[in-house]
Amino acid sequence: MGQSVTVPITISVNGKQHSAEVEPRLLLAQFLRETLSMTGTHIGCDTTSCGACTVIIDGSSAKSCTVLAVQANGAEVTTVEGLADGDTLHPIQEGFWEKHGLQCGFCTPGMMMSAVALLNDNPEPSEEEIRHGLAGNVCRCTGYHNIVLAVQYAADKMKS
Amino acid sequence: MKWIDFEKPKTVEDAVKLLSDSGGNARPMAGGTDLIVQLRVGDPRVNADVVVDIKSIPELNELSYSSSKGLTIGAAVECYKIYGDANVNSHFSALNDSATLIGGTQIQGRASFGGNLCNAAPSGDSIPNMIAHGAVATIAGPSGTREVPVEDICTGPRQTLIGDDELLVSINFPSNGSGFGANYIRFIPRNEMDIAVAGVGASVTIEDGKFTSAKVSLASVAPTPLLVKEAGESLVGETVSEEAIQNAANLAKAAAKPISDMRGTADYRKHLCDVLTRRALNTAVERAQGAS
Repeated sequence: MGQSVTVPITISVNGKQHSAEVEPRLLLAQFLRETLSMTGTHIGCDTTSCGACTVIIDGSSAKSCTVLAVQANGAEVTTVEGLADGDTLHPIQEGFWEKHGLQCGFCTPGMMMSAVALLNDNPEPSEEEIRHGLAGNVCRCTGYHNIVLAVQYAADKMKS
Repeated sequence: MKWIDFEKPKTVEDAVKLLSDSGGNARPMAGGTDLIVQLRVGDPRVNADVVVDIKSIPELNELSYSSSKGLTIGAAVECYKIYGDANVNSHFSALNDSATLIGGTQIQGRASFGGNLCNAAPSGDSIPNMIAHGAVATIAGPSGTREVPVEDICTGPRQTLIGDDELLVSINFPSNGSGFGANYIRFIPRNEMDIAVAGVGASVTIEDGKFTSAKVSLASVAPTPLLVKEAGESLVGETVSEEAIQNAANLAKAAAKPISDMRGTADYRKHLCDVLTRRALNTAVERAQGAS
């Protein structure tokens, strides 16, 4: 009790194991950005509201600004950096490109990770289901219309 | 965020020991979707030096159903597991009204009904629903376990009768027969991702066109989620009718003790209690009649 000790963790990020000795208060978002220098995961609101920091943990989307790195110990985490296969874009990335699904781009990594989790659960979502699935992600540019089109593009692409 | 120590016990006994050894400075954590934010902003009501992660304790991750024992939801079971569960969908589908409403998808992957109850927000979206279902919480402490009806757990905003050395283990929902229906609805000024201005959980059991039991519970209109006993009791023995439901809604409105704040005035919230109670009861009746 009260010994203020760090904790050894091993987290698989995009298929690669990363081990580190971390403070229990370190957030997963900070672990990704600062410990691993993977800055694709953005930190927006800091309070689980905006969704910019969304990653996929063991198959479920989660806001990594409200997950301690120690909670993800032993988990498989996928970040936006894990979507593309070399130079080949993931269908959701292609969708955002083709349908102009971003303006400033700040929310985009989180939007794409939520969309990927949505499409994993529901490969053929309706527009309403897409909007419901992305309810936890905020776009300050209010570019929702094209984001929905981007997800529909990805759904069509992944189906074929 | 200030320094915290992290513990991840594997048994209820070890968790209770960690909590009781810490002298009130430890907090259990399920998904952490409320606790981590509170620790980060330095909420004085959550002054934890030790966080006890309960995700490795089997009893707290149990989700089981039997017709004799009803539905048991471990305190750490995430919302997405609740709405993905076949037994919940067959026998307790109204719980999904809350499970699909709390936060967005990302929160539902981590947040639990147990955490929602222990966080004891007046607006906790699962709490009136649990109360309407007659749910009972199992709480473990240094001297054994005790069972407490969910409506008695919250004692004030962010306050519960669960001691610093106690741990919420699970929530049990008694089996309901044919003719049972329930519903939780809330009012928010947008479509998703907001805190209830007012919320109502309702359940009914109907036999031969008459209510044989009913419960009404309110959120966001008192310091705690509220069971309005008289509203439910007013329905028992009555024939299902608009008048009976309106009478129960009037009683719910009368029981509400809301404050005025940025989300709505007290008068507005009282009005919502009337409207939402009527709607929740009507949906519960529809579901009861569809199920029988």
